[in-house]
Formats: sequence, C-alpha cells, structure tokens
Amino acid sequence: MGIMKPIAGTLAAGTILAASLAGAVQAQETDASVLAGTCANCHGTDGVSPGSIPSIAGQPYAVLIAQLQAFKAGEVPGATIMTRIASGYTDEELEAIARYFSEIEQ
Amino acid sequence: MVTRRTLIKSLGAVSVAAPMFSMPSIARGQSAGRVVVVGGGFGGATAAKYLKRQNPALDVTLVEASGRFYTCPFSNLYLGGLRDFESIGHSYDELTDVYGVNLVTDWAEGVDGDAHTVTLASGEVLDYDKLLLSPGVDMRWGAIEGYDESAAQLAPHAWKAGEQTQILKAQLESMDDGGLFILSSPENPFRCPPGPYERVSMIANYFTNNKPNSKILVLDSKDAFSKQGLFEAGWRELYGDMIEWVSLSNDGRVVRVDAENLEVETEFGEVHKADVLNIVPPQKAGAIADAAGVTNEGGWVPIVPETFESQQVPDIYVVGDATVAAPMPKSGFCANSQGKVAAAAIVASLAGQEPPAPSWVNTCYSVLAPDYGISVAGVYHVADGQIAEVADSGGVSPADADSDFRRREAEYAVGWYDAIARDTWGTGA
Repeated sequence: MGIMKPIAGTLAAGTILAASLAGAVQAQETDASVLAGTCANCHGTDGVSPGSIPSIAGQPYAVLIAQLQAFKAGEVPGATIMTRIASGYTDEELEAIARYFSEIEQ
Repeated sequence: MVTRRTLIKSLGAVSVAAPMFSMPSIARGQSAGRVVVVGGGFGGATAAKYLKRQNPALDVTLVEASGRFYTCPFSNLYLGGLRDFESIGHSYDELTDVYGVNLVTDWAEGVDGDAHTVTLASGEVLDYDKLLLSPGVDMRWGAIEGYDESAAQLAPHAWKAGEQTQILKAQLESMDDGGLFILSSPENPFRCPPGPYERVSMIANYFTNNKPNSKILVLDSKDAFSKQGLFEAGWRELYGDMIEWVSLSNDGRVVRVDAENLEVETEFGEVHKADVLNIVPPQKAGAIADAAGVTNEGGWVPIVPETFESQQVPDIYVVGDATVAAPMPKSGFCANSQGKVAAAAIVASLAGQEPPAPSWVNTCYSVLAPDYGISVAGVYHVADGQIAEVADSGGVSPADADSDFRRREAEYAVGWYDAIARDTWGTGA
C-alpha cells in the first residue's frame, strides 16, 4: 500500500472523509487520469513529448500549477492555444492535472 | 516516488480482484474480461492501448483490416508537398509487442449484441464481454447523383486516407499549369469540418510552387464553415485570388457528378468543368455500426455521454466520427479523447464500479502554408446529461495574430501530429 501516502496527501482535506479510504484514493486517481488523458494528445503519452511541444512529465508541481494558472489568466506572453484550453478547467481540476504530471517519473 | 506504471499495476490488481462474483458473464473467459475493439484508427487504437494500460489483465483484441493505418490528418500536407506518404502511415507493432493487444487483420462483418459475438470476414467468431466500435465513416454513395464507388476512381473523395489520397495526388501532379481544381464540400455533419478548407490551402501551396496559373474552386453545400474568417484571411494573404469559395446561397451545392467528364452540376443548373475533381460526399457511420444495430435514422450512432456506450445496445461502446457527440466535432483528436473515456468506463464496468467523470478536449490545427497555422480548441464535459462545451473556454486563433504566432501554430501542428500519433499507435510520426 505504498501508493496510498503520496496520493492521499494530495487530496483536499474534506474529500477523503466522505468515503472509505481505499475508495476515495481510487476514484480520485481515476478522475485525474481522465483529465490528464487529454493532455497526451499534444504533450505525448504520460506527458512525454516526442516533438516540438514541451514535455510536462515530472515537472515540479509548483511549476506546472503556476504555468497552468497563468495560461488560464491569459498572462503568458505569446501563448497560442493553452489559454483557450486552460480556461476550460476549474482551479481544482488544474491542480489535479499538475499533480498528476508532477508524480510521473520522466 | 510513485511512477505511473506501478500505480497502474496496483490499481489493476485491485480492479480484477472483486468482479468475478458479480459479473457472471466474465467467468466464461479466463481473464479479467474480454474486450474486442473494431477499427484501428484514432479512436480504436487509443482505446485498445489505454484499456491495457489501465488493466493489463484484460484480454484485448483489435480487429483492423489494414496492416498499416494512414491518417486523414496531415494527408492534406502530403497533397501540399510538405510530407511524404509514409509519414502519415502507422503500424500496430507497439500495440501488440509493448501493450499485449491481440491484433486480428480482418474485416468485422457482423455483430450479435445478444450473444456478444463479432463475426469476421474469414468466418471466425470472437466472443466479447465488451465491444468497442471505432468504425469511422462510410461515404453515402448515390447521395449526389452519379457519385458512386467507380466514380470515386476518377473523381476521388480522398476522405479516407490511403489509395484515394494517392489518386488525388497523382492527378494534381499530372495536371497542366493553368488548370482548375474543384472541391465539392458536403453539408454538416461530416468528418473533419475544417478539412476541405485546409485541403484547398495545401493544394494552393502546391500550385503556387509548381503551377502558379492554376485556380481552385470550392463548391459548398453550406453557408458557413469552420474557422472561416481565418481561412479566408489566410487565403487572401498567402494566395491572392487563387481560391474562390462559393456558398450554398450562391449556388454552391453540387447535385450531380459526371466523373468521366470531370463535370459537376449545381442546384440551379450551372455546370462546372474541372481538370481535377475532388468530391467530398455526404457520410454516415461505418458499416459495422449498422450491422451492430447501433445507428439512428440519420446513419449515426447515439451514445451515452458519460461512457460512449450505445444508447441502443448494451455492452457496445462506439467512439469517433461515427457517433453523435456534438458539440464535439468529428476529428481524430476527439476520437482519441473519446477512446480514453470509453476505455476508462469499460475498465470500471468490468470491475463492477461506476465510470469516472468524463472530460474531453479537441484541438484542430489547420496548416495553410508551411509557416502559417491556425487552430480551434474546445474543452467538453457532461452538463444536464448532454455533452457541452465548458463555458468561456476554447475558440479559434485570434484574427489579428502576427506572422510569428501563425508560424508557431504551424510548428505546433507538426508537434501535435507527432504526439497524437505516438499516443494512439505508440509510434513516431
């Protein structure tokens, strides 16, 4: 059960109280993988890009969430498409996505 | 540090432990569940890969007739002279060798939803617990008078990549300078809404470099099209008056095709003669969807938004261009995105669990010239039981972007293709 700790540590405090621990862990992880699955279409499977679009796997959480929030706010100079995409997610969803990719070993 | 791989393995072990008691249909197969996927394009290949990633214990069989898959996305860049043909072809080697997907190179001809079986052209019968169809589109032969399969050998549609694309390319190359290329574009819905307009952009790029006195005429069965303002501005900037677009209201709708003489007749009787004629006809879901009984009266497949399971036949999931998924467009990106959602729903269902909340994205790049790209993006979720675009998100490239912005979007289009090809087939572009 070594996987529990890092994942449980990422959950919002209230979320985990509502359900059994195992159930909450699995549901949360699955949701994050569904959200993150769409990123792979441009950033590569597991966020490892084979081409000109940046890889996002294994980047520090703080870097990823700051970048996603800046895209959403329209504050990234020269941004092309990511402002339009990031604005489709809640802050909580962006945090889940950032955490998901930060936990992948590149 | 948790790696994704160990996490999948751990979760997979949890998933397969429970369901044997509650899902008797699975007990007959000796695995965690048997999934048959029909169609190895963006939707089906992605689903097969992500099914095995999420639960390696699943028995996943992919049925695909062609040994190598050529993509419609970037087939226009081949027509435009920017890429070679093999660069848009992909094999199934990694799906079989790395992910353990069983590949059956055959046509699926019949589905028995009650018996849970798929019958192949060879006569072989496959059992399934869950079936995922990603059949793409078929042409509605005869919907335009005179346009059938034999006419398509003379006036190609090139709307399924492969031999058709090569026929059109050869015709463009043998055309004399000063010739007229005509493209007939269908009414909605159809595969790849920006595709006809990217195609004429790329052919204009080829003409400019090789046959600069040639002209392009788009005869349209619509009054508006995807990214229209951006396309029209780009055409003027890049190609002057080489491309002329005729809307439905200006008699753009083609009602009859004479493929032997390369002539088309529009609704109000005007006849246009082409040197190269490209008919993109009306379409419907691929034939296996009809055989499975999952299509509606319009020829498309209604699905349950959360899972992409058929509304009409249980345990059959359908993704990609064949489905009614508006406001998501019929694009390779959407098919990939839907394939992942359906895979997650199948894995959950076989484990006796509720499906995770779905989330989808679409991004369609169109390349107007080697240094000139534009895009449209959308983020989608389920709201009030329907697929809906998330408010205040998505949209098209800005109209006033500078040349550097357009150049970078052309570069990202290539990056997108490299990434989605690898995400779907596990191969490089």
